[in-house]
Amino acid sequence: MEERAPNPVIKPPTESKGILRWLKENLFNTWYNALFTLLAIVFLYVAFKGILTWAFTEANWGVIPANLQIFLVGAYPREEIWRVWIVIYTLGLLLGLSSGIWGGLALRLALVIGAVGGGVGIILAFFPTAFFNRFGLLGGVALLAVSLFLGRGRQRLRPWVLGGWLLSFPWTMIWLHGFAGLPTVLTSNWGGLLLTLILAAVGIVVSFPLGVLLALGRRSNLPAIKWVSTAYIETVRGVPLVTILFMAQIMVPIFLPDFRIDKILRAMLGITLFSAAYMAENVRGGLQAIPKGQHEAAHALGLNYPLTMLLIILPQALRSVIPAIVGQFISLFKDTSLVTVIGLLDLLGIAKTVIANPDWLGLQAEVYLFAAVIYFVFSYFMSYISQKIEDALGVG
Amino acid sequence: MADLENTTDDSIIVCDDVHKWFDDFHVLKGITTAFKKGEKAVICGPSGSGKSTFIRTINRLEIHQRGRIIVDGIELSDDLRNIDRIRQEVGMVFQQFNLFPHLTVLQNVTLSPIWVKKLAKGEAESEALALLERVGIEEHAHKFPAQISGGQQQRVAIARALAMQPKIMLFDEPTSALDPEMINEVLDVMRELAASGMTMLVVTHEMGFAREVADRIIFMDEGAIVEEAAPDIFFDNPQNERTRLFISQTLQH
Amino acid sequence: MENNSPNSVSEKIPFWRDVRVLRVLFQVIFLIGILLLAGILYMNMLRGLRGLGLTLNLDFLNDEAGFGIAEGIAYEPSDTYLRAFWVGVVNTIRVSIIGIACATILGLVVGIARLSSNWLVRNIAAIYVECFRNIPLLLQILFWYTAVILQLPSVRQSFTFFGGVFINQRGVYLPEPQPTSDMNIWLGYLAGGFILGLILYLVRLRKLRQLEQPGFPAKWALPAFLLVAFVGWFLTPGKPFTWELPALRGFNFAGGIYLSPEFSALLVGLVMYTGAFIAEVVRSGIQSVAKGQREAAKAIGLNEFQTLRLIVLPQALRVIAPPLTSQYLNLTKNSSLAVAIGFPDLFNVGNTMMNQTGQSIPIFGMIMMSYLIISLTTSAYMNWYNRRINRIGR
Repeated sequence: MEERAPNPVIKPPTESKGILRWLKENLFNTWYNALFTLLAIVFLYVAFKGILTWAFTEANWGVIPANLQIFLVGAYPREEIWRVWIVIYTLGLLLGLSSGIWGGLALRLALVIGAVGGGVGIILAFFPTAFFNRFGLLGGVALLAVSLFLGRGRQRLRPWVLGGWLLSFPWTMIWLHGFAGLPTVLTSNWGGLLLTLILAAVGIVVSFPLGVLLALGRRSNLPAIKWVSTAYIETVRGVPLVTILFMAQIMVPIFLPDFRIDKILRAMLGITLFSAAYMAENVRGGLQAIPKGQHEAAHALGLNYPLTMLLIILPQALRSVIPAIVGQFISLFKDTSLVTVIGLLDLLGIAKTVIANPDWLGLQAEVYLFAAVIYFVFSYFMSYISQKIEDALGVG
Repeated sequence: MADLENTTDDSIIVCDDVHKWFDDFHVLKGITTAFKKGEKAVICGPSGSGKSTFIRTINRLEIHQRGRIIVDGIELSDDLRNIDRIRQEVGMVFQQFNLFPHLTVLQNVTLSPIWVKKLAKGEAESEALALLERVGIEEHAHKFPAQISGGQQQRVAIARALAMQPKIMLFDEPTSALDPEMINEVLDVMRELAASGMTMLVVTHEMGFAREVADRIIFMDEGAIVEEAAPDIFFDNPQNERTRLFISQTLQH
Repeated sequence: MENNSPNSVSEKIPFWRDVRVLRVLFQVIFLIGILLLAGILYMNMLRGLRGLGLTLNLDFLNDEAGFGIAEGIAYEPSDTYLRAFWVGVVNTIRVSIIGIACATILGLVVGIARLSSNWLVRNIAAIYVECFRNIPLLLQILFWYTAVILQLPSVRQSFTFFGGVFINQRGVYLPEPQPTSDMNIWLGYLAGGFILGLILYLVRLRKLRQLEQPGFPAKWALPAFLLVAFVGWFLTPGKPFTWELPALRGFNFAGGIYLSPEFSALLVGLVMYTGAFIAEVVRSGIQSVAKGQREAAKAIGLNEFQTLRLIVLPQALRVIAPPLTSQYLNLTKNSSLAVAIGFPDLFNVGNTMMNQTGQSIPIFGMIMMSYLIISLTTSAYMNWYNRRINRIGR
């Protein structure tokens, strides 16, 4: 064979990346795009001019720092707020350890949370409030960083950290509510962002097992179980959350007259029953994607129905629906704002009370925008995570 | 009709007039046959002949609607205990491998010894490693199924079925989903298994393997057994016209 | 089971191991459990109702409602509760249908804009979608209502557009077409045009069938109809209808179409929120059309708009239809947030009825049945539609 000279390496022609060229390619490449560009510029000018003028000259932002605490925790007693910090620090510790141990997605999560927390913490440090309110968040970020380094490479901590996550939920509830000698903080005093987050967390965590059972029920080959599950799922999905929340408020005392169930618990019940139907449909999507051969192989190995589901089918099905579940968590997080309608003081409910406060009349726009920013940051952040999980699962 | 009382002596599987319908479609039209302990039977036939359905009735992945199937003295019926016992005695290998993708190779093999036979984890793992060595993939024990080739996956599937120490192994077209260069590695494992004295029922299109290993070849068409014979008779002197046509078509390839 | 073997008898299976018996038993126990639970709740309910001195029946529906409803079809406080509820149902349907139409247009435009080759357009669309998707709808509705519409200028300082559209804190006033006595003449032309169009449609449909050619069967019918309508407009002696403009009388506007602040806020909130979701549905639907299809369209010389209209959208429609249906249903269900700003939709009216009569159980039943009927008919229609477009496409 004839010896050939190696091909000379030819570099692609360098494209001129001048700003004019970029403008021409991205904004003025056709006559109608040029028209759109001009229209968009006019629109942006009008919108921004109006909004910025309002935000810097007319708006009264003083309402936000003056009410910051009730926005965040509602009527939670001032002298017990350290318990909220314990919960935040516990979660920070767990997140730090997890990101140190597992790296990857958990690490990315911790870094984003740390960055956002640090940024907000620095802003808070300039407000002349109590010491802990000023520096507590920065302390939490520091704890996150320290536990991240502690967790690095310590694989044998894995089961402990997983157990910690499992216990974090009851742990949170016990601290917030009070136990042993601690004074009880009634749930009616929980409010603001704290209540919003708790409602969403309870909604997802408690509805998860219910949803799995309903999904298995709907896929069952026993007609009675299948019909009952399907009827439940379709009924709940066919009516608005508001009706279910009202029903929990009005009907629970009628149906269970012997129990005193407070308003927040009834709201949690309504949210959970609502969420379970949607969770069931997500899980069902995952179950349907599992090939029949997996069931057959499990049966052929002598596994019975519960073992087949627990060991073979559910682990695969749930893994594939994680993004859908995160998506559901996001919409549940937004939907918790509906408890305002039944008179609970979640973040939006607090916003309404602040607006109604005679000291701060006429500040609807400021207060609602502030609440909107908080909701936006949380749900945008969660969709970012969901996207990352989807990417990670797609590759793995 | 076979006399059941006489055939059960040295027969490990007895099928008597087994019928099965999918809705109105009559898939199995009265299968009557028996398999001896240690026998290697190859079941062949055109697609849609009911051969896969037939061996799937033997561990009740398909439920027969008429007739009787007795495996190792246990009748397959709606009795929950019998179904459990038979599934522990009958191992099955599928065309699509059906390994559990979320578990490692080792976990796939130890799953049912741990959960069904209640073996200790350490014991199950050492037995599993021995089996993996027997099928020649011990070095992949900690990989996930998606990380190994199709031939390797099918060998893991055989090891997984063997881990329950079954008396009978069913193979449902074990090489049909494999690339040609991987077929032999799986057939080698099956040859070794056959040599060890295992009772094997194999649905396959690998006629070379059938001639070499089988004690008996069963030809099925349209839900019934058309002809059954020892390999040399079956291939060299088939009695039935349909069998002859099938053999000539198959051997052309 | 028939047993074909004469000399053997199947051993009898004890029932606790028999799969068939267990299946039945398991379901019976499950149903008994459900019924028991329902029974306990029912007994509790009866006890509670006795304590309140109420009986469970629907007679109250024929009683006089006695409360006013701010807007909707004709209704007086002296009408029955049933009539009041029906007003709420019609209001829900009205805001849902208008909302669905507007949100679809908005979502379609924004969804296409998100894929535009224009950097500025693309990013404005993306910012809109991300902002409105990630903020709770109730907050948006409250914002539009209390921070925007109620803060608008008073009636006398109304924003005026085109001399006929007035926007102020009392709501939105639009001109309304009023038919004149000449309307019937023009309607005659319209009917004639319709018949002509129908004939042309059928003729062309038959011809396309005969030639076995693909094509747009209304290609002749539509222009013919429009032409007749247009010519008829000029042939009609007077004007078929006039625009009735809202006019300031005393302290308020009268005449024209009036949208209350509550209706407007609810509509804007629903449209902006759902529009963002529909935009995402449209975007992913368009992206799902294989790149090869677009390249092939370019290769045969179609321009960007033709590619979109003739190649991409028809195919994307099949992917878009199911998630679009669920967005429509979401919008309808979300219209129940009207209760927060006092728009008398079916939930809000039902809520008032509950407060007045105490008959919460039958009224909840009516509310849930209404939503279920709306949901089920919509999804039945969309399923039929999906089957149709899937059949044509293959």
